[in-house]
Amino acid sequence: MAKNSYSLGQVQMKTTGGGRRGGMGAAEKPKDFTSAWKMVWNYSKRLLPMIILGISCAIIGVVLTLFGPNVLKNITNLIKAGMETGTIDLETIATMTIHIMILYVLSAVITYVESYTMTTFSSRLTQMMRNDVSHKLNRIPLSRADSSSFGDLLSRVTNDVDTLNMALDKTIAELIAAAITFVGCAIMMLITNVKLALVGMVFALVGFISMKYIIQYSQPYFVNRSVFLGQLNGHIEEMYAGHIIVKGYNGEEESRGIFDEINERLYDANWKSQFLSGMMMPIMELVGNLGYVAVCVYGAYLVATNQTDFGTVVAFIVYIKLFTQPLVQVAEGTTNLQTAAAAAERIFQLFQEEEMSNETGKITHIDNIEQADVVFENVNFGYVPGKPIIKNFNFTVYPGHHVAIVGPTGAGKTTLVNLLMRFYELDSGSISIGGIKTSDMTRECVHSQFCMVLQDTWLFNGTVRDNLAFGKEHVSDEEIIKACKAVGIHHYIGSLPQGYDTVLNDDSNMSVGQRQLMTIARAMITNAPLLILDEATSSVDTRTEQQVQDAMNKLTEGRTSFTIAHRLSTIKDADIILVMKDGDIVETGNHKELLEKNGFYAELWNSQFTEGAAI
Amino acid sequence: MLRLFKHMTRQHVFYMLWLTVFIVGQVVLELTVPDYMSDITKLINTPGSTTAEIWNLGKMMILLSMLAFACSLISKYFSARLAASFSQHLRRKIFNCVENFSLEEIDRFSTASLITRSTNDCSQIQNIMSRALNQIIRVPIMAGYALFKIATRYWQWLAFTAASLSILFALLIFLVIYAHPRFRKMQSYTDNLNQVTRENMTGMRVVRAYNAEEYEEAKFAKANTELTENALKARRAMGLLQPATKFVNNELNIGIYCIGAYLISAAEKAEQLEIFSEMVVFSTYAARIVRAFMGMNMIFNMIPRATVSAERINAILDTKLSIKDGNKTEAMTSGTMEFRNVSFTYPGANVPALSDVSFTAEKGQTVAFIGATGSGKSTLVNLMMRFFDASSGEIIVDDVNIKDFTQKSLRQKMGYASQQAVLFTGTVRSNIAYAVKDIEEKVRKAVRIAQAEEFVSKMRDDIDSPISRGGTNVSGGQKQRLSVARAVYREPEFYIFDDTFSALDYKTDRTLRAALQKETAGITTFIVAQRIGTIKDADKIIVLDEGKVIGEGTHDELMKSCEIYREIARTQLSLEDMA
Repeated sequence: MAKNSYSLGQVQMKTTGGGRRGGMGAAEKPKDFTSAWKMVWNYSKRLLPMIILGISCAIIGVVLTLFGPNVLKNITNLIKAGMETGTIDLETIATMTIHIMILYVLSAVITYVESYTMTTFSSRLTQMMRNDVSHKLNRIPLSRADSSSFGDLLSRVTNDVDTLNMALDKTIAELIAAAITFVGCAIMMLITNVKLALVGMVFALVGFISMKYIIQYSQPYFVNRSVFLGQLNGHIEEMYAGHIIVKGYNGEEESRGIFDEINERLYDANWKSQFLSGMMMPIMELVGNLGYVAVCVYGAYLVATNQTDFGTVVAFIVYIKLFTQPLVQVAEGTTNLQTAAAAAERIFQLFQEEEMSNETGKITHIDNIEQADVVFENVNFGYVPGKPIIKNFNFTVYPGHHVAIVGPTGAGKTTLVNLLMRFYELDSGSISIGGIKTSDMTRECVHSQFCMVLQDTWLFNGTVRDNLAFGKEHVSDEEIIKACKAVGIHHYIGSLPQGYDTVLNDDSNMSVGQRQLMTIARAMITNAPLLILDEATSSVDTRTEQQVQDAMNKLTEGRTSFTIAHRLSTIKDADIILVMKDGDIVETGNHKELLEKNGFYAELWNSQFTEGAAI
Repeated sequence: MLRLFKHMTRQHVFYMLWLTVFIVGQVVLELTVPDYMSDITKLINTPGSTTAEIWNLGKMMILLSMLAFACSLISKYFSARLAASFSQHLRRKIFNCVENFSLEEIDRFSTASLITRSTNDCSQIQNIMSRALNQIIRVPIMAGYALFKIATRYWQWLAFTAASLSILFALLIFLVIYAHPRFRKMQSYTDNLNQVTRENMTGMRVVRAYNAEEYEEAKFAKANTELTENALKARRAMGLLQPATKFVNNELNIGIYCIGAYLISAAEKAEQLEIFSEMVVFSTYAARIVRAFMGMNMIFNMIPRATVSAERINAILDTKLSIKDGNKTEAMTSGTMEFRNVSFTYPGANVPALSDVSFTAEKGQTVAFIGATGSGKSTLVNLMMRFFDASSGEIIVDDVNIKDFTQKSLRQKMGYASQQAVLFTGTVRSNIAYAVKDIEEKVRKAVRIAQAEEFVSKMRDDIDSPISRGGTNVSGGQKQRLSVARAVYREPEFYIFDDTFSALDYKTDRTLRAALQKETAGITTFIVAQRIGTIKDADKIIVLDEGKVIGEGTHDELMKSCEIYREIARTQLSLEDMA
């Protein structure tokens, strides 16, 4: 139905444009630069051979290049000498050329080995990191995972890993190479001719300082740029998502006004930041050219006054170029390292998140659960320490009984699910299944006692079959088809293009009702003795709703069930009703008892009932 | 890509022209500098020349370098202005375009896709404008001019340079074919990986309940490996570029000198010096050409990506609006609405969503629509609001065909609350007095009628309390009540509530409707609902099934005459039986 496509819910937020962080981008400051890199180092140690190979290649590659200008000098001098004497020593020149060519080839090969190694190193390292993030995700307690700060951290870490990847791939090797080129050049220049060397260095220094200055000066514009871009994209998202209201209320003009205003500010920040960062290259060129002139003129003077030979001047022209080149890299590299350190801090913050307790030695399997009762004994629990919401709760569920959990929205009905499934740990007391405390079992063991259908019909990007046999190995096709027939979705799946092998994705046109049926079938395939069921059916049409109800009834049959109840029939037929209010269990009993009590439940019941009676 | 440039204004063309002028200037100046080097070389080798003469030439060189620098700065200035201004212009154009879209156009693209096009694709274009435009103009000029400068009678040097460059050229072609597509594919691999993480996060309870942690991790590891392998191939190939460039640069230099030695050796004594200085200059130019060459790699990498973005943006800008505005702005406000044989088929659909729907609503009446999902209730509302135009038939509002009204004046008559409540960043007040002048008393009255007073008064700053983006800081029911308040604030001729009340609990639903009836009597009201309770008092209930009207009348009449209505009532009335 076209109707759903302009609904608000599923619009993905992707506010900041492009993940590229150039050296000139708004650099984030890490809290502790050194310790961040120390952590990266410790993590990287397992790939130590690659690091050593990569870095040594970077060094060798650069050192080899440094000999070039010197050979050039010798050749020039030979030619010059030849011009004066009349015969040029072609043989020596040829040999020298060949030698240096070999050197260059070698240097190129080694540089490539370095780049190959570093790329491999950084890619493999980030691959491991991402896997660790995924691993971590399933090891942190739900209490932490439920907090919004964790969600934020996780989504940032995804980008952070990429940032770190870029830094490890390029920046480190580049910085090392740049540093060596810089120092090496300086040494070679000093050896070749001290006076010329000093002239060259002065220019390089001027270039470096002005670059640092520009980077510093342009930072605020880069920050503005990303702020305004975020604002503008936010506005766009909001207006598009609320398009019908904007149109329905003639809000276009107002919306355009805001858009133009932010857009203007963005324009300003955009061109300024781009202009400033664009100045780097011309400045480096100018410095290069001035250095060139200085070397030429001063060199010419030195040659004219016989203080040096012409070859030296030629060699210096090359050196001065090599010498000024790394400056840009150093300037950009240090900024990159900072950003990467800030990224690394968040990554390791995630890695250091506390994990769920180790459970080796606990009970992993229990038998004969069909006849087991579920006993709550002196259960105390609160989400926030010091604020208990379930106090000294005692309660026994006999095998085959149906428990209905009722209460207004936000009363904390899911708290019981959290505790039963051990998603959250009790503060004190115990819940036992068949006489065994759930705290004495592994979490996996607890989980495998339950079928679970939640209100949020969670399906993932994958085939229908994978979604149905989720996490369970060796599920036969017969089992799957049997469950689907039981819930009445087999026919629908058959109508999909690839039947059970159809890949579900964002585009697949599965209705809420069908999704719900899928999750019920999934629970059925699990076939565990206990059941947790959230009945809420959100805006499904009458016919589908009937189907969903039938399927839920089938699932409940023969299982001890805990139902977050919305249907009156479920509530009325329940063996016991837990009435919840503001997180706490305020009343227990069956329907009749509770009505007679004339408490909160009766009030709740009657408010719905008035409506019904008035019809 | 080029088609996108048609949207340039005169100012952009002006920027572009100056940009080109200064790039040419800069290139010419930059390449003139080495000429002086040649002259200096000659001077040094000419007996009797003084340092003063050399310094004169040096001064010229410095002057030229400074000029080149100035040109370069100015060209950067224009390119920054151009890129920023063009993308600003483009963003604005797209945004305005989309703001005028009817739901038909929105559906065609989908909201998510429109957002990406207006944000990411725009940034992409700005990116290529700022980073590549300079290069695109500069590279051919630089390469051409440098080639012109090194045109010499010594073919040996040219041949050697050409041979060296062909190594780079081959590499570039390899990268364009092998590495660039892989870089572009990287995004979809990353998206895939992020999706797996997101799924794991949102479905964490299910994952744990089914002990499917390892399954999820395996799925992640697979996606991760795909991404990494692809990235490795692309990056390893790209890694060839730097060493190759460096190598060619170096060997070119040495090679030219070596060849030069032979040339000098073979030449007449008088010519030797000439060749020697030519050699020094030649090597400098050759290096420039190599550099210009490398600029092409970036361009090759960016253009396909930008082309995709440009196409996606063009698709928006080229869209013809399906709804034509009328010109009537005023009519008698009689408060009546009539559907005359209205049918509607969604674009691309085979089955009509509405067929032959007719009914009338008199001033002050409440008309309700009920029916299963997909029966056409919301479509009907969308036609009233003219979010779509009916495929056939007429909709008459205040005795005027709605197509004759300007969209603005038609919508001014409507107080509309959508199925999913939409709130914007701002305050309670700005959301209620949306796009109109806000008067505090009126806002308060609307809040009161919409039964929002109870929670609004508890908020920190009362009606000036902030509402965050998408209204995430208020609950679903509260959002709905605020959106009703917005409709009330308008004092419209018609209320249109598209399934607005189902997010409210029974009690609030009832009191809200009672307040509306009492305080805003005389406003014609349309209610789309799922609960019989919400609509049973309506003057007229229209039952829809698969786009057709299958029942019309009051609750009591329909209970007698309409099978489907009875069926709906029966499932809901079972509440009553429970008593």
